[in-house]
Amino acid sequence: MTVRQKSWALHIGLLAALFLLQFILPTYHHGSLARVMVLACYAMGYNILFGYVGLLSLGHALFFATGMYGMGLVIQHLGWPAGPALLAGLAAGFGMALTVGILALRTSGVAFMIVTLMFAQAGYLAALYFGDYTRGDEGFVIQQADRVLAGFDLSDPTNRYFAALLLFGMCLVLTLKLVEARFGQVLVAIRENEERTRMLGYDVHRHKLAAVVASGTTAAFAGAAYGLLFGYAGATFASVQYSIFPLLWVLLGGAGTVIGPFIGTLFMFYLIDLSSGITSAYMLIAGVVLVLLTLFAPQGLAGELRRRRVPWLP
Amino acid sequence: MAAMSLLSTRGLSRNFGGLKAVSDVDFDLPAGEVCALIGPNGAGKTTFVGMLSGRIAASAGQVFFDGREVTNLPAHQRIRAGMAYTFQITSVFARLPVIENLSLALGWRISDEEARLAAAQDALRRVGIADRSDQLAGDLSYGHQRLLEIAMGLCQQPKLLILDEPTQGLADSEIADFIQLIRGLAGEMTILLIEHNIRLVMQTADVITVLNGGAVLASGTPDEIQANEAVQAAYLGTG
Amino acid sequence: MELGPYLILGFLEGLVTAAVLSLMAVGLSLVFGVMRVVNVAHGEFFMIGAVLAWQIASMIGGHPALGFLAALIFAPLLVAVLAMAADQLVLKRIAYDPERTIVATIGLLYIIQQTVLMTYGPDARPVEAPFNERLSIPFVEWADGGLALYWPWGLGTTSYKLAVIGAAIILLAAIWALMTRTRFGLLMRATQLDRETAQAFAIPVNRVYALVFGLGAGLAALGGVLIVPIQQAHYLMGHDPLLLSFIVVIIGGLGSLPGTVVAALLIGVSDGIISVFFTPTLAKIIATLGVAFVLIFRPQGLFGKRAL
Repeated sequence: MTVRQKSWALHIGLLAALFLLQFILPTYHHGSLARVMVLACYAMGYNILFGYVGLLSLGHALFFATGMYGMGLVIQHLGWPAGPALLAGLAAGFGMALTVGILALRTSGVAFMIVTLMFAQAGYLAALYFGDYTRGDEGFVIQQADRVLAGFDLSDPTNRYFAALLLFGMCLVLTLKLVEARFGQVLVAIRENEERTRMLGYDVHRHKLAAVVASGTTAAFAGAAYGLLFGYAGATFASVQYSIFPLLWVLLGGAGTVIGPFIGTLFMFYLIDLSSGITSAYMLIAGVVLVLLTLFAPQGLAGELRRRRVPWLP
Repeated sequence: MAAMSLLSTRGLSRNFGGLKAVSDVDFDLPAGEVCALIGPNGAGKTTFVGMLSGRIAASAGQVFFDGREVTNLPAHQRIRAGMAYTFQITSVFARLPVIENLSLALGWRISDEEARLAAAQDALRRVGIADRSDQLAGDLSYGHQRLLEIAMGLCQQPKLLILDEPTQGLADSEIADFIQLIRGLAGEMTILLIEHNIRLVMQTADVITVLNGGAVLASGTPDEIQANEAVQAAYLGTG
Repeated sequence: MELGPYLILGFLEGLVTAAVLSLMAVGLSLVFGVMRVVNVAHGEFFMIGAVLAWQIASMIGGHPALGFLAALIFAPLLVAVLAMAADQLVLKRIAYDPERTIVATIGLLYIIQQTVLMTYGPDARPVEAPFNERLSIPFVEWADGGLALYWPWGLGTTSYKLAVIGAAIILLAAIWALMTRTRFGLLMRATQLDRETAQAFAIPVNRVYALVFGLGAGLAALGGVLIVPIQQAHYLMGHDPLLLSFIVVIIGGLGSLPGTVVAALLIGVSDGIISVFFTPTLAKIIATLGVAFVLIFRPQGLFGKRAL
């Protein structure tokens, strides 16, 4: 098998496994896995920017929440049906990503991290400030009646799982195609040696902007889907915590790998799930994992696997 | 001059705050020739070349390349217009295999993957490191990394190849190989060589321009420059 | 109260904010200036300072001044030691790489914050000030054909708040003296200017880093101790001061101590005055976006020589 064939086999295999799992999983894990799949899309979006271009954003919650509110607010206040609402979330995310990209890419390194953090903070505060519409931290529930897409009631666990799997599959396949394409290779080149890439004739700025837009739009779509599938929108998803999560997931799973974000999300989701049963201070786990990762395993799980055993892992 | 100027500048200047790094330089590079740019440290060579390649913006003046003005053209577009540039401190993609380095250099030029690979192997063969195509670029010796960078420049089939202190850090035998390589390329493309190694410059260049204190001190054939007293004074500090 | 007195009140409250903020911001700025790293956990050092102050004060009974004094001395010291441990265990190991440091300090933030949550709990607890006389402040009004003083109800401050402002001034002067007059200050500035050359001159750069990190954390903790009689100790209290410190340091310019102090004054006082007109949330939104735009369009801040 060629490298490309092996890689596709692995990823399609994962999708098949996830498809089959729904028939064996007990109800609680069924719902959890659906959540993990949608959040993994968020992580995959983040990975495009962090893993492939090497730009560390500390404000991706802004995009996630923009998608979620874009979808949620038009349903709640304008009475839109689910399909167009989802598209509204996507469009809002695209617009936000483009704006932030144009502004934030004027900085780099640490300044970029802080600028993205600031924009996300402003977004969170705005969600609180316009509490009349957004219900702030409390958030609002999206009624079951509004969560019907193409005839399928998304509050039904089976439909929901399918929708999550579909979204996840799309993102997985798109990321794989991106990585194999010239565009993806140029992104990696920019990460490896930006000046050299520029002096080979590539428009570095345009590539970076495209990456921010792709990354932010994916995150927004994940946010819109999350809100629709699980019937809730709230300002927590715009908070700093939700900007740190994708960083954590991607770092743990393996930045710059296609399958890493999913692994990281799955792992951390369950780790936090378990520890929140024990203490309200469950973010302690997140803190410890972050420190350990930076110290000992910056490559993450899939990254280490790739380095040691499986060099063809995309 | 009979030959057409491939690259020229008029009144090119660059200030950093109060410091005039490059003052009012008029420069002509004839097509098809090997031109060397020399000058003592701090003469403004790096800044000048930066303005030629587009990495540094000019404070005043104009740059012309291949018949059109490129003064405001960003670096990556000058590369696309036919310039190739190798860095003063070797800059390759250390964590990628050699062949991938070249594939990137060819990326937007050749879309067919097989044709790209063929051109890449060709360039590697020309500089003499064809047997290392699968090695990680960072694992190569410094001299070989330099050759890789030159290969990346060559495979672009540029009109102008700018080599920024290419022999810095190379052993004598490697320098000799380098001189052979340059001689082999002459005529095929125009080469701008920025160098400190005067002996090498005398052996490879058709025309030499001497910069000092941000301005052109002298310009001419190697013999003319060697005999030029002002140049001697600038380098040796006499007179 | 009318507008005039309101503004004065805002100004005074702002001065107190500025006082504590300047200590925190100077700590952050020192760490960035010398070590070139951004410590996202800086706000947590502030918080621990406050929490430790509560702990120490409740352990030492008797007159509140005793407990407070003990807290003032020991809390910053303890926090400095904690910070130095973090520096040696974590930051040194990642060779102070700027991006990895940010991620590591985010982890540190959660570790510190959540540990406090687990031990101290989610409640806000007060600490009694060592002295707290109410001081009314007069304002002017037109009366009987001339200006006359009157004492608007609600316009006043406390002796403690004035003491905080005084303490901050003394401490800043002390830091200034440390930096410009002592050997350690010289070592710090040398390391800040050129780390490699400093090493070549046998300056123990790693030790300087550890001490600077400790000093930065200690200053933050000191701010926490000073503020806790005014504002209660709570495990999340580090969040807003961190943001404000960022704003101050970025606007004032990194590596510029005078710039930091001026910016702290500006931000602290405007925070006080803006709160008179806008809700806190809107004020924070403006401030947050302000930082972003300064970084985008004027990265060296107002006074700084070096950008991030």
